[in-house]
Amino acid sequence: MKPDRNKFSIEEPLSLSLDRSRDDFQPLSSTSERKMHGRPRKAYKPEEEAASASKAAKLRSLQTQFMSIHHHKIYTKEAIDLSRKLLEINPEAYTAWNYRKLAVEDTLSREESNQDLVKSILDEELKVVESALRQNFKSYGAWHHRKWVLSKGHSSVGNELRLLDKFQSLDSRNFHAWNYRRFAVELTNRSKQDELKYTEDIISKDFSNYSAWHNRSVLLSSLLARKAEGFTPNEKIPEEYKLVHDAIFTDEDDQSGWFYHLWLLDQTVNVETPLLTSSWPSHGSCINLSGGDGCLNDSSSSKLTTFCSDLGSFPLILYFDQPVSGVSSSTVAVDSELRGNEDLVWEPVSNKNSRVSCVWVARLNYMSSEPCFPKEYKVKVRIGNSPGIVSSRGCNFSTPYEFVFTAHVHDTVREDSQEVIVSWTDGFDIWDAQSKDLNFLVNLDQQMGLKWRQEAIEEEIELFRALSDSKIGKLTLARLLMAKAMISENGVKGVHYEEILELYSDLMVLDSSHYRYYKDEHSVALLHKVTSSTESLSRYLFQYRDINNSICLRLNNLSLSRIASVEKLLFVQMLDLSHNELHSTEGLEAMQLISCLNLSHNRIRSFSALDSLRHLKQLRVLDVSHNNIGEHSVDTTRYLCSSPLSNSEWTEDEVGRQMTSLVTKYWDAYFVLRDLDLKQLDIAGNVIAGDEFSSFVPQVVPKLVWLDGQKLRS
Amino acid sequence: MTCNNVLDEKVTSFTLNDMGELVADKHVRYILMTEKFTNECCFSEQVALLATLDMIHMFYIAGLQNEDGSFSGDIWGEVDTRFSYISICCLSILKCLDKSNVKKAVDYIVSCKNRDGGFGCTPGAESHAAQIFCCVGALAITGSLHHVDIDKDLLGWWLCERQVCYSWWVLSSLIMIDRVHWINKAKLVKFILDCQVYMENGGISDRPEDAVDIYHTYLGVAGLSLLEYPGVQAIDPAYALPVDVINRIIINK
Repeated sequence: MKPDRNKFSIEEPLSLSLDRSRDDFQPLSSTSERKMHGRPRKAYKPEEEAASASKAAKLRSLQTQFMSIHHHKIYTKEAIDLSRKLLEINPEAYTAWNYRKLAVEDTLSREESNQDLVKSILDEELKVVESALRQNFKSYGAWHHRKWVLSKGHSSVGNELRLLDKFQSLDSRNFHAWNYRRFAVELTNRSKQDELKYTEDIISKDFSNYSAWHNRSVLLSSLLARKAEGFTPNEKIPEEYKLVHDAIFTDEDDQSGWFYHLWLLDQTVNVETPLLTSSWPSHGSCINLSGGDGCLNDSSSSKLTTFCSDLGSFPLILYFDQPVSGVSSSTVAVDSELRGNEDLVWEPVSNKNSRVSCVWVARLNYMSSEPCFPKEYKVKVRIGNSPGIVSSRGCNFSTPYEFVFTAHVHDTVREDSQEVIVSWTDGFDIWDAQSKDLNFLVNLDQQMGLKWRQEAIEEEIELFRALSDSKIGKLTLARLLMAKAMISENGVKGVHYEEILELYSDLMVLDSSHYRYYKDEHSVALLHKVTSSTESLSRYLFQYRDINNSICLRLNNLSLSRIASVEKLLFVQMLDLSHNELHSTEGLEAMQLISCLNLSHNRIRSFSALDSLRHLKQLRVLDVSHNNIGEHSVDTTRYLCSSPLSNSEWTEDEVGRQMTSLVTKYWDAYFVLRDLDLKQLDIAGNVIAGDEFSSFVPQVVPKLVWLDGQKLRS
Repeated sequence: MTCNNVLDEKVTSFTLNDMGELVADKHVRYILMTEKFTNECCFSEQVALLATLDMIHMFYIAGLQNEDGSFSGDIWGEVDTRFSYISICCLSILKCLDKSNVKKAVDYIVSCKNRDGGFGCTPGAESHAAQIFCCVGALAITGSLHHVDIDKDLLGWWLCERQVCYSWWVLSSLIMIDRVHWINKAKLVKFILDCQVYMENGGISDRPEDAVDIYHTYLGVAGLSLLEYPGVQAIDPAYALPVDVINRIIINK
């Protein structure tokens, strides 16, 4: 049967309405939406065909006439009425709404003084909108036209809320109506508290109202942030938990309440004021600094805190619990006898365009030109003495904090400049870590106001333990237990992780569609567990003989699909993450001391996924062999990588000028590798690692010595 | 501004009036159509035409940015993050993003971020998959995804929990924030293929029981590309255009 092209004629103004909201949480409403969505696919009977064809012909004729009056700027009564007829059939005819605005302006320009006429003209517009909305109350054009009329200032706003109530009863999930409500409320100066009550009324009639819950969260956030009368988090949040319980226990499958519950959990766990979570060096620690190509042979000092750098400087790392801006030499004072460190430059460890980050680094110089005996320097760091450190939500870092560490600077033992190849398979000894070596794992206890938070979470945990048979019940319980671990003092921590890991393992089976979400959460919980105590972490710490017993953290073969707990691992210099399931290095950027990194046998699909490594200024040895680089057509980190594609400036170098087609072909390898200062790289076992790419790499990384185990230069 | 250009038998004469109506052969378009038109030029590599339209579009689009960084659809001032996306997308393809105030544009989009990690059409508006695509896409193109760093997990989970398959909006957003591995790709491929019509002229619809149209056919195929369906060319999740085309335009200086 010949399809009727008229059914989806291109000449019909294509309304790219993106409105599918009702489909999210409710079955199709009975109101017809006859444009593109919801038109049944069926064979039409001949008389239906004919009726439909004649309807289409009428519409096309109307449109043609309308275009003509519009282009000729005809604003007679008949012409305006024609536009009304068109809008009655097709409220999405945006141009018709624009035409009506032009017509109104045309009339107003001539009849400004006649207030009654002006009002009646605008009232007529409101009527047209109302009738259009009854046809399709999701028409962007109609709602905007109404706003336009209201903003002229001649119409009564009191009616608007009444009209909205009528529409809400037809479809309470209509986000257009809610948006318009916000607009109208602003015009009437209704209080947020009254609006909050309104959301409660809607919710009590129907728990499954995502819009109402959403608006509730917006209003509450604002009232809490403003510290309005009677709105303190320790009182309000527990009340909200009670409110949402009714919703989530009435219908477990309905998502509205669950997302609100998730928001409440966020409000419970996340303290608004930014805090320092950890630092390197940490308070009370002692670090040995050495420079050049050689390193210390002094085995008496704790190997954990020996740092060698060919840069003659070491990174001072500050790790905050949330992204902050404003870390500078004015807001962070570093007192030290190490010379050459006035006016430190603090950089956020983040994308080039951003001045906000959880991690901030300043480099302290320690190499001096004169020969010196091993000298001991105390360094005191004071954070937040002057205001200026602010979270991305606008909260100030308010409680000044200071920590002190000691730096021993040693002369280097000059060895032959041997470019030693690092092997990841042998040369490791178990390291018998003492708790004094890992004392930086102690939490910086700065949090205040924890009591109501801990109590709220305890209550929720008790409630959900009784419910944990369903997917959402288990997931919520797992999230609650993680939240509890985050805001607990030390010592209690180790206890819950087994339960959390078991819950996620159950979920991987129970809800296999989201298997890899639960897998990621499982990895996060596992890493939290590993780093929760000295005892558990020390099982993974080894000493690598060939680089002066540097401490290597070996987290291989743990099925890790995600990196976490990095704030506890800032001291790590060698990291083995081989034989896991990582597809990106997201999170590693804070580990500023890493000089050797093994990512072989993971699931890395592109160099863009390694973008975070560009922040590791000490990185010299990288193994990404046996991954999936070059195998996939879809790059999931394409826009998370700094390159021209994500609007980053770049200075063209010789390679960029002379090898344009290779640079375009291997763009992410080019942009990432050129920012690394590697001596050793392994890429074998990736689809990308053919002759062409292997000869391209040394061009991009001129200082490279070892590629896939072969020495490149003598 | 006017330009005449003979592409083929169809004489196309373009004029851009105040309302962004690209009057071509008496077809009236809206800013939404400006984007499609610019994209079609990329496909057919009509360089001469593109160069002429460059100026027209650039000034028109940049001129629609408001004080607070938002973009209007036309002179009547409807503000919506959809327009932010379209403007940023067009200006980027035309390599003149700097003709707009990118920082303010980004700040406005971030102000539309919600507590569930998603985005709405204006500040305070609830999250909607299509708006999320527009906002995440705009942030991606302007290199501003770090603004959703802490929200990627929350947003990723919200997108995964959509009960109806909005293949393109949800998929492309998940890909841009690197959380697409959280959904069951095989299931989604099957859904899209179930929406195909095998007889008559083919095509894809929004649901298996609905009629087909060009819009959903395009988005269905694009979705299959993002799901790495064999034989389908790689598509860029932010621009909805082939990766090769975007690489060529953006990376080559």
